[in-house]
Amino acid sequence: MNIRAMAATLAATVALPFGLANATDLEVTHWWTSGGEAAAVGELAKAFDATGNKWIDGAIAGSGSTARPIMISRITGGDPMGATQFNHGRQAEELVQEGLMRDLTEVAEKGKWKEVIRPASLLDSCTIDGKIYCAPVNIHSWQWLWLSNDAFKTAGVPVPKDWNEFVAAAPKLKEAGIQPLALGGQPWQANGLFDTLIISIGGKEIYEKVYQEKDAEVAAGPEMAKIFQAASQARDMAKGSNVQDWNQATNMVITGKAGGQIMGDWAQGEFQIAGKTAGTDYSCLPGLGLNEYLATGGDAFYFPLIEDEEKSKAQDILAETIVDPKVQVAFNLKKGSLPVRGDVDVAAANDCMKKGIDILAKGSVLISTDQLLSQDTQKQKEDLMSEFFASTSITPEDAQKRFVDIIASAD
Amino acid sequence: MADIGTLNRTAAGFDAVADRVASGPRGRRPRRALSPRNIMLYGTLFVAALYYLLPLYVMVVTSLKGMPEIRMGNIFSPPMEITFEPWVKAWAEACTGLNCDGLSRGFWNSVRILVPSVVVSIAVASVSGYSLANWRFKGSELFFSILIIGAFIPYQVMIYPVVIVLRELGVYGTLTGLVIVHTIFGMPILTLLFRNYFASLPVELFKAARIDGAGFWSIYFRIMLPMALPIFVVAMILQVTGIWNDFLFGVVFTRPDTYPMTVQLNNIVNSVQGVKEYNVNMAATLLTGAVPLIVYFVSGRLFVRGIAAGAVKG
Amino acid sequence: MVKQAAAGRPNHLFRNLNSKIASIPMILVATVIFLGGTIWTVFYSFTNSRLLPRLSFVGIEQYERLWASSRWIISIQNLAIYGILSLIFSLVIGFMLAALMDQKIRFENTFRTIFLYPFALSFIVTGLVWQWVLNPEFGVQSVVRSLGWTSFSFDPLYNPQIVIYGILIAALWQGTGLVMCLMLAGLRGIDEDIWKAARVDGIPMWRTYLFVVIPMMRPVFVTTLVIIASGIVKVYDLVVAQTSGGPGNASEVPAKYVYDYMFQAQNLGQGFAASTMMLLTVAIIIIPWAYLEFGGRKRG
Repeated sequence: MNIRAMAATLAATVALPFGLANATDLEVTHWWTSGGEAAAVGELAKAFDATGNKWIDGAIAGSGSTARPIMISRITGGDPMGATQFNHGRQAEELVQEGLMRDLTEVAEKGKWKEVIRPASLLDSCTIDGKIYCAPVNIHSWQWLWLSNDAFKTAGVPVPKDWNEFVAAAPKLKEAGIQPLALGGQPWQANGLFDTLIISIGGKEIYEKVYQEKDAEVAAGPEMAKIFQAASQARDMAKGSNVQDWNQATNMVITGKAGGQIMGDWAQGEFQIAGKTAGTDYSCLPGLGLNEYLATGGDAFYFPLIEDEEKSKAQDILAETIVDPKVQVAFNLKKGSLPVRGDVDVAAANDCMKKGIDILAKGSVLISTDQLLSQDTQKQKEDLMSEFFASTSITPEDAQKRFVDIIASAD
Repeated sequence: MADIGTLNRTAAGFDAVADRVASGPRGRRPRRALSPRNIMLYGTLFVAALYYLLPLYVMVVTSLKGMPEIRMGNIFSPPMEITFEPWVKAWAEACTGLNCDGLSRGFWNSVRILVPSVVVSIAVASVSGYSLANWRFKGSELFFSILIIGAFIPYQVMIYPVVIVLRELGVYGTLTGLVIVHTIFGMPILTLLFRNYFASLPVELFKAARIDGAGFWSIYFRIMLPMALPIFVVAMILQVTGIWNDFLFGVVFTRPDTYPMTVQLNNIVNSVQGVKEYNVNMAATLLTGAVPLIVYFVSGRLFVRGIAAGAVKG
Repeated sequence: MVKQAAAGRPNHLFRNLNSKIASIPMILVATVIFLGGTIWTVFYSFTNSRLLPRLSFVGIEQYERLWASSRWIISIQNLAIYGILSLIFSLVIGFMLAALMDQKIRFENTFRTIFLYPFALSFIVTGLVWQWVLNPEFGVQSVVRSLGWTSFSFDPLYNPQIVIYGILIAALWQGTGLVMCLMLAGLRGIDEDIWKAARVDGIPMWRTYLFVVIPMMRPVFVTTLVIIASGIVKVYDLVVAQTSGGPGNASEVPAKYVYDYMFQAQNLGQGFAASTMMLLTVAIIIIPWAYLEFGGRKRG
């Protein structure tokens, strides 16, 4: 019954030694498995294979929270992969301090990373004790509202220009049988939505006070209370979207079943794969159309220390490849994210991406929560937010009280 | 050697008892075919059977439908147009990241993990159970109690210490490492089964062999092993199912090119590209479950027999 | 034995030497992995270890935080509800099915295979299938509605109040077949004369079961209890596959709290504190029982 599989296995065992006389295999783990993401990874792999090495794909599905434990276990267990994705920020901090990661400073100096990579905060979070340990690959920001033009046409209201108009249009959408706001059930989505509300409704200062300075008094203040009220509105609008994954929620917007979704710019990749055009089929509002600030996080590749000359060389080559201008453009166009270099040509970018690039160029940039808060604090926030968004039994006031506790003990 | 002959006869006699015990139902004889009692009896069994069969039916039916038909609704309706495409896709084409070869890769990996893990874990547990039942030494019951409590520890809790132990042994990420892990976590329940089974054998057998001068290993191989076939079948079924279905160890202790089928199943099910392809997911689920399912369908009878033959005697 | 006696009873260590050698793997697993791992875990639960174990002690801070966490409380409550109900229903359904199967029925093999086959499937698969069957848009709810009962509502996986019962339904589907098999094996071990005697005395069937047969099946119940109870404490995969703990935190369980905090939150100390509480609970329930069952009594 398994002739096919056997043939495939045979073919694989035979083909490997032939095709790769001088090449080094490098296993790369990541959690990019949605349609747009996989296409983008394909670009990276293609570019790396072109250097004469071979990209062994180690995708682990089910978002970062499934994948990271596995990556960390393997690195601490002494069986590291060649390279691995983490989010920008503090996820790999301790692994670096423990000396488990390869120092990329030489590669970075050769490629003048310090000059070309912007915003500088990206490279800063790769830097520990003056040495660089990761290669940033893209910039993502959470502060986007994606709207389905079709859904609003069906409901007979104009496509909103900002969050407030969207809230006002929600009853009409509901009347037309359309889910106003799509929200996946995974905790990180509720958490990201809430942080977006802080930046877009509350503004830059309150965001920095709460997350950067961890000021519990501000967190308990009336400004934050307003944001919890907005979150409560969002909760009502999201009631009934029974999906788990973010891209299932995005798909509701793509198909016009939902009015909109607050989701990072990676949602862009899904619209693109579905063949939708920005402006005519869907609209995007950075900063929810209120405060056009973007918090720039994203993904970076880390390279575990491997005692194997060949592999180390291949790791350096992969690091170079990732920051290469051409690869940056090809990858980020597919992924829907922004390149980490300011000096690349993104004429091919669509309207939404151009908006993002403009905001970046203006310098309306904030540091992402992944960089500001520890994973522990993030997880506690996720627990709170997923509970808050799932059940109306928690009042905004109660939620704020618990939020203040988290901020007070945050690190 | 005459004694061994007697022993064998005793053993055969015991087997016959076990046979009788294991095979015949014992209730009152059924009277008329359509008595109210029979209607109640078969009615209840029938309804229960429906509950157990429903999910399997849904899985099979869904895996044979095309996506448009699934979107239309009713999961219980039979397919209007049967398609095997989801099966082909699940087996050979579904993508995770860049690898678009479906479950096929994982199948042989699972086999490679399964065979040594089952053999080693059962060998170790049967010997432990034998020495607990027949060759007690000071502290043996204490170790056994610890082992039984170990059965209650969630695997997730033990992952970190096990990672450290495997790292120190230098076998992290190897097949040996994974076999060790399966042996460790299969041990509590298996040892319990073997211990109870060996303890339920007539103690005269063991004593006679000792008088003959047979030692630890010769009694194990020449007397216990041949008599323990039913319980070996039970242990094998439990281990084949458990190891084949394992996800956690498979993903933490292997690499992408040696991922077992369950990890690939998770990857396929969770890599949503646009919409969830329920039909492909269901086909993948059935394909992944096929091996243990076949084991159960083929040897379910032996399973109950084996349990009846002593696994449940205290 | 004769030889040993002639050698003048060697000291303790060498008695049963082969048995000891053969038990080395078991002893190692019991001491190094289960005992050692447990002590290690408890030890580090008093530190503020993050991603990697570090020896910086913080006293019982992790425990204070644990018991202040609403998610942990919900997890404990869920495990209690799930555990008690799953224990009762597994035993009752398993025993009833076994008793029915023991009535000299036709097609016994077929029925047994039907009841037992779900046990061959992993919790991941079980979770996925029941997620699908209980999906309000496609599953039971929509089918009943399409039959005309439009106000019918049954969406346990999306309703925080009843989500744990949705998980219970799936767990019982997967596990009761095995319980039925164990019980059936036990019933087949009961001597026919007992039934005859009961019938002669005119004792009704249900009373024979309740007061004669069940007490005689004590060993079966012990094995079954070990298997069911250890499964309950460990419940994780099923929840992850079926609901991922949602909606919100409504179907969280302790094992998931441990895993999430150890690896996702990168707070080993917190994860270990939760593990320790789980281990403690297990120990309080199991140790006295295990001692009575396996440690106290001497045999053969």
